[in-house]
Amino acid sequence: MTDSKYFTTTKKGEIFELKAELNSDKKEKKKEAVKKVIASMTVGKDVSALFPDVVNCMQTDNLELKKLVYLYLMNYAKSQPDMAIMAVNTFVKDCEDLNPLIRALAVRTMGCIRVDKITEYLCEPLRKCLKDEDPYVRKTAAVCVAKLHDINAQLVEDQGFLDTLKDLISDSNPMVVANAVAALSEIAESHPNSNLLDLNPQTINKLLTALNECTEWGQIFILDCLASYLPRDDRESQSICERVTPRLSHANSAVVLSAVKVLMKFMEMLPKDLDYYGTLLKKLAPPLVTLLSAEPELQYVALRNINLIVQKRPEILKHEMKVFFVKYNDPIYVKLEKLDIMIRLASQANIAQVLAELKEYATEVDVDFVRKAVRAIGRCAIKVEQSAERCVSTLLDLIQTKVNYVVQEAIVVIKDIFRKYPNKYESVIATLCENLDSLDEPEARAAMIWIVGEYAERIDNADELLESFLEGFHDESTQVQLQLLTAIVKLFLKKPTETQELVQQVLSLATQDSDNPDLRDRGYIYWRLLSTDPVAAKEVVLAEKPLISEETDLIEPTLLEELICHIGTLASVYHKPPSAFVEGSRGVQHKRLPPRAGSGESTESPDVGQSGPSEAPPAVIPSQGDLLGDLLNLDLAPPTATVPSVQPSMQMGAMDLLGGGLDSLLGGDIGGSPSMGAGLGAAPAAMPASLGGAPAVGGGLGDLFDLGGGVGMPTGSYVAPKTVWLLAMKAKGLEISGTFARRGGIIQMDLSLTNKAMSVMTDFAIQFNRNSFGLAPAGPLQVLTPLSPNQTIDVSLPLSTSGPVMKMEPLNNLQVAVKNNIDVFYFSCQYPLSLLFVEDGKMDRQVFLATWKDIPNDNEAQFQIKDIHLNSDVASNKLQGSNIFTIAKRTVEGQDMLYQSVKLTNGIWVLAEMRIQTGNPNYTWMCWRRPHVRECVSQNDSPVIS
Amino acid sequence: MPVLDITLKDNALIMIHSLFLINNAGDLFLEKHWKSVISRSVCDYFFEAREKAVEPDNVPPVIRTPHHYLINIYREKIFFVSVIQTEVPPLFVIEFLHRVAETFQDYFGECSESTIKDNVVIVYELLEEMLDNGFPLATESNILKELIRPPTILRSMVNTITGSSNVGETLPTGQLSTIPWRRAGVKYTNNEAYFDVVEEIDAILDKSGTTVFAEIQGVIDACVKLSGMPDLTLSFMNPRLLDDVSFHPCVRYKRWESERVISFVPPDGNFQLMSYHISAQNLVAIPVYVKQNISFFETGSSGRLDITVGPKQTMGKTVEGLVVTVHMPKVVLSANLNATQGTYNYDPVTKILVWDIGKLNPQKLPNLKGSLSLQSGAPKPEENPSLNIDLKIQQLAISGLKVNRLDMYGEKYKPFKGVKYVTKAGKFQVRT
Repeated sequence: MTDSKYFTTTKKGEIFELKAELNSDKKEKKKEAVKKVIASMTVGKDVSALFPDVVNCMQTDNLELKKLVYLYLMNYAKSQPDMAIMAVNTFVKDCEDLNPLIRALAVRTMGCIRVDKITEYLCEPLRKCLKDEDPYVRKTAAVCVAKLHDINAQLVEDQGFLDTLKDLISDSNPMVVANAVAALSEIAESHPNSNLLDLNPQTINKLLTALNECTEWGQIFILDCLASYLPRDDRESQSICERVTPRLSHANSAVVLSAVKVLMKFMEMLPKDLDYYGTLLKKLAPPLVTLLSAEPELQYVALRNINLIVQKRPEILKHEMKVFFVKYNDPIYVKLEKLDIMIRLASQANIAQVLAELKEYATEVDVDFVRKAVRAIGRCAIKVEQSAERCVSTLLDLIQTKVNYVVQEAIVVIKDIFRKYPNKYESVIATLCENLDSLDEPEARAAMIWIVGEYAERIDNADELLESFLEGFHDESTQVQLQLLTAIVKLFLKKPTETQELVQQVLSLATQDSDNPDLRDRGYIYWRLLSTDPVAAKEVVLAEKPLISEETDLIEPTLLEELICHIGTLASVYHKPPSAFVEGSRGVQHKRLPPRAGSGESTESPDVGQSGPSEAPPAVIPSQGDLLGDLLNLDLAPPTATVPSVQPSMQMGAMDLLGGGLDSLLGGDIGGSPSMGAGLGAAPAAMPASLGGAPAVGGGLGDLFDLGGGVGMPTGSYVAPKTVWLLAMKAKGLEISGTFARRGGIIQMDLSLTNKAMSVMTDFAIQFNRNSFGLAPAGPLQVLTPLSPNQTIDVSLPLSTSGPVMKMEPLNNLQVAVKNNIDVFYFSCQYPLSLLFVEDGKMDRQVFLATWKDIPNDNEAQFQIKDIHLNSDVASNKLQGSNIFTIAKRTVEGQDMLYQSVKLTNGIWVLAEMRIQTGNPNYTWMCWRRPHVRECVSQNDSPVIS
Repeated sequence: MPVLDITLKDNALIMIHSLFLINNAGDLFLEKHWKSVISRSVCDYFFEAREKAVEPDNVPPVIRTPHHYLINIYREKIFFVSVIQTEVPPLFVIEFLHRVAETFQDYFGECSESTIKDNVVIVYELLEEMLDNGFPLATESNILKELIRPPTILRSMVNTITGSSNVGETLPTGQLSTIPWRRAGVKYTNNEAYFDVVEEIDAILDKSGTTVFAEIQGVIDACVKLSGMPDLTLSFMNPRLLDDVSFHPCVRYKRWESERVISFVPPDGNFQLMSYHISAQNLVAIPVYVKQNISFFETGSSGRLDITVGPKQTMGKTVEGLVVTVHMPKVVLSANLNATQGTYNYDPVTKILVWDIGKLNPQKLPNLKGSLSLQSGAPKPEENPSLNIDLKIQQLAISGLKVNRLDMYGEKYKPFKGVKYVTKAGKFQVRT
């Protein structure tokens, strides 16, 4: 007799009947009744009403009956928690049972009951079970901690279960270790900052040992956990890789893929010239190929991941093209994925094979697959230039088959081929035109119309062809209507004599009879263009078009890196960032590939929140109120971490205190409040930190001194390292970093332009907004060659000071616009005032003395530069390199006093006194001639001292 | 990139939330929830995808719903649909589902709707034992069988008479040791160890008979019934052939890497020792050739078919169990053919022509010839029908792989040992 008999009691009063049976005295009858209850559960019947009766059967010494009751409880404990409490006493008792099976069963079931009230009963039994002599109980209890943590995290922490769990990582039984790791990583994932899985070389070593011994499922947990570890150096990375590679030969494909994830990630750290790197690459191919002989569902997930791997490291599978050949009985979802990977692997070496295959697929039955195969031929043509001709002839062959959807797909891709290789394959247009009537899909119609318009001068009857489309203009989709409008305008511009009527017709159809705003707008624009200036219209409409790029469907590099870190997950199947999948408290940490050791290969990208100040956008201007607060709070102690954010505030705040216009300044009341002095004193300290990213201010300054070169040698002015001015994410992939320099009396703006987009950038130009000192480009931005993706180009732009003047806040702010073929981008940056110190700034001694006396006290400012251990001569020399000239020196009471002069490009003189106290290395600059410049000078001077 | 309209609920630990078993007709006949009960209406998304896919094989394995993911496999005409709420490695879930299907097969002899329904309580016990709160617990058949005894006709009779149970009273011994795949205290009167080297040829041949692609998927299945704790070593004459291998967890990988021998303490009973994959084209022999001509006439709604099969590289062995399957275009209504050997059958519903040839006689090559009639008025079919070949060659591993010797350590008795070879066609396809 089979269990199907339990399904037969479907008559009325079933629950009632079961109730009676459950309460029967006979053990056999009880057991049968529980089985019937379970059978009902399997088909989704609600038998929760029987809860008390089933729980009553629990107190039995019959193991089978007990297990059945537990089976029932586990199903309903979550939905009927209040009733589950009735069973708590039995649970607690069972946790003490002699049979480890029952102990484990009890602790396991208790963990499923999600009620706060029950957790207090759970703690003691759980504690015992975590230390149980039997590993079966311990491993069950480990999972139970994670369950309890999900219900009441605080309780788990208070009770010290987390520590016990961590201890279990060192358990003698590998299965216990695996479960402890799994539980810990689950808990850690829901609390990203808890630092629970404190991964250090010791724990990693334990995990690697456990990896060899635990079950396949445990291996997956351990490997996933390893993947989140960041090895200290390439040697550690290699040693982990060495111990993980045997997993590639595991029969469980999930283990294999998790191992691939670890290797792909850690490989990033290995130097490419290392022998082991090559070995590892070779080892990765066979397991990936093997995954493709597994069940189709596994193949699908594997293929989605291989798609990522191929984009990241094409070299791994470049010789394995054939395994991606499609078998006719592959499920469609496998076929489509294989096709995609075939295109990615296509190269000049294997293109013949690939094309032969694709042609084969184009005659298959499945319409979706055939379409994709035809498109793939087009993609091959665009990707491998040498194959373009063969691809085109293959496509023509396919068009000859006259199979409707094949023809339409072929025309769509031929359009793209024209866009990639203009003026090369136009001979086929005649063949295409023959199929005009069979096109019924908008995309294909639009493509055909585009071709006719683009090559109107070569198609004798282009006007007739386009006219034929015009008849049903209003029934066409927007895509086709827009294309038709453009094509007819092109035709008109090429053959104006015969087509005037046609263009009138389409313009009126588009502007007067259409409800579509896009269509109307485009119609009006063409109309206006054509009526006002046909020559300009020709230039606009028939302008040379940029070529389409090779791979349009590549995953964006930062996303790709993140997905590589998530190989084997749902994110990797959908090729979407993991943050798109998880909501709620489980914060998603963006995982990144580790940087490669010993190479300058940059893995930085604009959206990485690097902590260094150089990454901060240069033009952050905090609100005024905060500024003053910051100012007042700053004392002379070296500011540390807060410095970068304070720096811009200094300038703003100080400017505000001093009040505005050029004219009012001389006689202006500057207040001279003590807080200001303090603020100014801090300013020079802030500056180098923000420029050089040096953590310690003093150290930063010291470095700056060193930068200036040898002692006593007057050298060029100080040049700050480049900082990022324009983030790629804000500028469609263009990243600009730069700095200013004064070389041989010429002011230069040094720029690094980086293309982080997918397409080539050209046509660069630059312009400045009006600024305080009239800085303007002295020539055009010289970017001669197009900037290809991932390329960086360094340009030096000479600047003049003859541009229009407008006072900026802060004074040294510069607003810049950069244009390329994509768009115009704006950013602002600040230049060091020392840039403006001219070479002939050495004032005559007498004039100096006279001027010095004339300076009103109010125009004075002082500040200190801390921790600079230079004597006055060295300092004087260094400053001269930046056109700060020492006019006189005297020594008073063991202090060296330097008197210095500076002249700005706009003729303003600045006079300074510098006091160097031996033993107490403080510099005090004072007495600036022009207070409005003073602030900037003082802030900008610290680096200049070097 | 469109914003995903779906997010997974933050729900720690639960890997697989629920499992639904659905038959080919779309009846949901079993559900199991490891956490709270999820309404079976979630399967509507699956049914939608199922309908869209037309063929059951084409249902996508991962389906997105607003609040869950459905990961499913299709085995033995049953869909195993699991419900996922957290970011879980999909392969993990798919592997687990296959393991469930294999366990059912192992326990009930076959994995079908009726056997599952007949053993629903055992099924439930198994599912509970295999997954703790959505977390794989015991998936090794040896361990499971000690926890939950498989039903046998004898035992269910005995159970009904004596009232004894099918639940193991004690903890499985394997759980405690570091070799979880083997139970302690195994005892046999006849100690024997058999190994089957089974190779399948996956190949695509083009019209002219040239190999487009060919590879060998090999497995070594073992049936080991040895007492005690035997430690076995299996070595090959030509281990160099094997560069892409996957092993049962019992195999010591280090020894394989250094010495190219397979050293292991075997599980008790049947298991797959290893699988391997040979893709080097020159190593893959193609045992038969097919000469075929299937053509359709422009007019008259008819076509011709002519297929001959002959031996190619058979290494002197006989090709048996030869079957040619042709997937005809939809417009083919019937076939009027003549086979010189074997029998043919054309199913007008599935459009599949099956020609069962049997043994291949190299002296008299089998031929199938005749006419095809098409739906009248229908255009000439565009697609080319594809041929599938099935065959078997006994006592041959087509790659040439040979077992050298099997040694046993750790036990005193002399076991009986045997190795068998067989080559089969896997996905062996001929394009026309």
